[in-house]
Amino acid sequence: MKYSILCCAITFVALLMPAHLTAKPAAEVLEAERQRVEVMRRAAATTVAVFDSSGEGGGSGVVISPDGFALTNFHVTAPCGPAMKCGMADGKVYDAVIVGIDPVGDVALIQLLGRDDFPHAPMGDSDSVQVGDWVFTSGNPFLLANDFQPSIAYGMVSGTNRYQYPSGTLLEYADCIQTDAAINPGNSGGPLFDANGRLIGINGRGSFEKRGRVNVGVGYAISINQIKYFLGYLKSGRIVDHATLGATVSTTADGQVKVDEILETSDAYRRGLRYGDEILQFAGRDITTANRLKNALGIFPRGWSVPLTYRRAGETIETTVRLMGVHDPTQLFDLVQQQNFKPPERKPERKEPVPEKQMPNPIEQLKDLIKKKPRLPKAVADRHEARRGYANYWYNERQQQSLWNNYTGSEVLAKESGRWKVTGAAAEIEIDSASATIKQANAVSGATFDGDLSSQLSPPGSGGLLLTLHLWQRFVEKGVKKYGEVYYLGRLPAREDGALVDCLVGIYAGMETCFQFDTQSGELVSIVMLPRDGLDPCELYLSNYGDLGGRELPRTWRVFHGQQLFMQLELESWGFLNVSTGEQN
Amino acid sequence: MSRRVLMLLAVMVCALQFGTALNAQNLQLTIRDVQTKVVKIYGAGGLRQMEAYQSGLLISPEGHVLTALSYVLDTDDLAVILHDGRKWTAEYLASDPITDLALLKLPDEAEQLPHFDLQLETAARARPGQRILALSNLYGIATGDEPVSVLQGVVTAIAPLKARRGAFQSNYRDEVYVLDAYANNPGAAGGALVDWQGNLLGILGKELRSEVTGTWLNYALPVYAIASTVDEMLAGGVNSAPTALPPEVPTHTTESLGLSLIPNVIARTPPYVDSLRRGSAAELAGLRPDDLVVFVNGEPIDSHMALVQQLDRIENVDPVTMSVLRNGELREFTLTPASADDSSAQVSKPDTADSTPEE
Repeated sequence: MKYSILCCAITFVALLMPAHLTAKPAAEVLEAERQRVEVMRRAAATTVAVFDSSGEGGGSGVVISPDGFALTNFHVTAPCGPAMKCGMADGKVYDAVIVGIDPVGDVALIQLLGRDDFPHAPMGDSDSVQVGDWVFTSGNPFLLANDFQPSIAYGMVSGTNRYQYPSGTLLEYADCIQTDAAINPGNSGGPLFDANGRLIGINGRGSFEKRGRVNVGVGYAISINQIKYFLGYLKSGRIVDHATLGATVSTTADGQVKVDEILETSDAYRRGLRYGDEILQFAGRDITTANRLKNALGIFPRGWSVPLTYRRAGETIETTVRLMGVHDPTQLFDLVQQQNFKPPERKPERKEPVPEKQMPNPIEQLKDLIKKKPRLPKAVADRHEARRGYANYWYNERQQQSLWNNYTGSEVLAKESGRWKVTGAAAEIEIDSASATIKQANAVSGATFDGDLSSQLSPPGSGGLLLTLHLWQRFVEKGVKKYGEVYYLGRLPAREDGALVDCLVGIYAGMETCFQFDTQSGELVSIVMLPRDGLDPCELYLSNYGDLGGRELPRTWRVFHGQQLFMQLELESWGFLNVSTGEQN
Repeated sequence: MSRRVLMLLAVMVCALQFGTALNAQNLQLTIRDVQTKVVKIYGAGGLRQMEAYQSGLLISPEGHVLTALSYVLDTDDLAVILHDGRKWTAEYLASDPITDLALLKLPDEAEQLPHFDLQLETAARARPGQRILALSNLYGIATGDEPVSVLQGVVTAIAPLKARRGAFQSNYRDEVYVLDAYANNPGAAGGALVDWQGNLLGILGKELRSEVTGTWLNYALPVYAIASTVDEMLAGGVNSAPTALPPEVPTHTTESLGLSLIPNVIARTPPYVDSLRRGSAAELAGLRPDDLVVFVNGEPIDSHMALVQQLDRIENVDPVTMSVLRNGELREFTLTPASADDSSAQVSKPDTADSTPEE
């Protein structure tokens, strides 16, 4: 027994010795160091130094896919126009093109061109980031990296779920990560990595106040989970807006979050939310302060549907609300235009006056030079199409085409566009381009498709099922080019099961209709038709694709209106009548 | 026997292996625990660069809060918000003008609060190079039930804060922990400096900026240096009359010394003596019109403004040494304020060489 204790003591001393008493560090310390060096080497390889096309100004970025899609700040790309030059750690400069922007969230998606095997950063889960986690920034502070080798700064997560008020008119950092890893001018748009080299945020802002413009231990990164929500929108080439509930709230003295004001046109209002109601949960988060709601709300793009729990007079109500945009689209576009004339690195600051004794700032000096407009490089010009309201319409149109081409209905149904006769146990529907009827168990309804279409919302309670079918017919017949105005909205969760869908929005006769496609199969899985603002849409979910009379068609139709199931139709047959009769007018 | 040794060995190797992962988690738990003992304080201020917020430490289960003595406390409506969002109006108990600390008390319904044990005997001491965490509500980032921010770094030095003698304006002159973390940002004063086990090492001081280099100092007052003061405050001993701010120490002016300079008309007006008041300290010391002041108490003076600022750092009871250029010669005079105490000061004692003016 004595022997074993002695043995133990000796072993213990032997194990401790190397770490504390001799010059050589312990093996595990060396191993940890080796791992960290390796993690940073890999992270550095994905980091981008972003310059405008004349090679000046700029900030940082990070590549997130082998085909060169990279994230940066909107305030970095804003002065660059559609093209930028991106230096990477391999010492090479790549042309890059703007893809999509989220001006409110200060995020821009760009694509580096010229390779299909770019080193790219794996994305982490920023919701699991905790205060005290070790993190590091990578980027091009003070534009130091002449050879594009990024600078790395190690630090700690100082706070999570931080809310930073809008600076100026646009930028709002909701639910962001606060860190003491150095974020300096030029780091903007660069990555924040966790200790394992997973991308958890995009750096873009700091608190300085009277301390000048150099890092004082308080930097903020946009959380990567927010960007994940926006990514499918940003790839559409659009200017993407953030979401609002359509209501404002405040924290009462006894710690409740209550609705101050609510727009009657908001979906929240239609779902029953009223003045004075107490918000309990939003998007799965407990809401204990107004700030928490701002955080929870600030990470979603316009148009998403999220669960909401509120309480009135002791009764708890759970519902799902479709979020509206913060800005009117034209308003957002105008704000972006204004932004584009401002130099970078100015916006993310707080508004406090700059102290007189300030470090000279290389970026500002560079940006004081007059903006030149060099011609777009060919690689960029091939992937860029300017259009009002879009960051880069080229990406939008490509997505429209690809969705249309992958949709089997574009072939199967387009050939049979005349008159449909759909029969199931619940109903029998006949529709052609002029009119439609639906026979249900004890009712017959009809609709005619001339004049004001938005008033043809029969059968009652469906929100306009027949009109929705009419617009579907029009879509397959005319295609994306001739339907009306069509654009690719992006990728978002479909309301019924939360799976992601690609959404094409068609605007015809003032009505907005979302045609939603499965991201894998390319099949049309739902049509959401909004006859006019302030109404609940008619939602038609198509599933159970299979053989129906020799054609591959959706055999289960489910119709929702105002979150109520209006009808479920299991198709027995789908008849197509003479094409020529359908083409009369 | 040997099997037992092997088992022990195995356990120890395992412990070392998992050590790193465990440490990371322990650190997060430590931070979470410390965050519950640091409060957000909101009071007076709100004007430009006068933040209306700062930080504080809970030092008793019944809600004694230790914080920095500042203008923020100069209000009847002092709000203290805990990590979980509980909010109270705090009562001002005591302050100490030397350490620049103040003691607040939450109302009686606050009880069994998480708190730091601020005992001199058991106080943890940091060494230079030791890793530290600084927790505070710097920049007022956290609101409501949001926990305060944490920054990490090391103690770079333990050194006396040279106070008025040097560049920093502070009443406290004793040892401080100098930090490499940006611990002392706006709103951080009153925050916690802890080691990686969460033991309180010190309290973050008010913002101090070097007047020589313009750099901001990151520092904390060590527990060992303030513990007895805090005890006295708890006992109601120190300045327990609620005078929120220590009286401004009166300092010298050109007027008090009887010295009139040529008008300050350009950015760097040379500090030439224009005239002297009869019977003043300056005249008695032997200064004359057209003297160019070049040093005050050994500090180089390059302008009218610099002279005024330098005098403002010297208490008006202390003598002032001035070196002036007169006819290409450097001469030194000591100005002894007449008001200092009593008649013993009325005879000024100029340096021997200059005692008799040469005409």
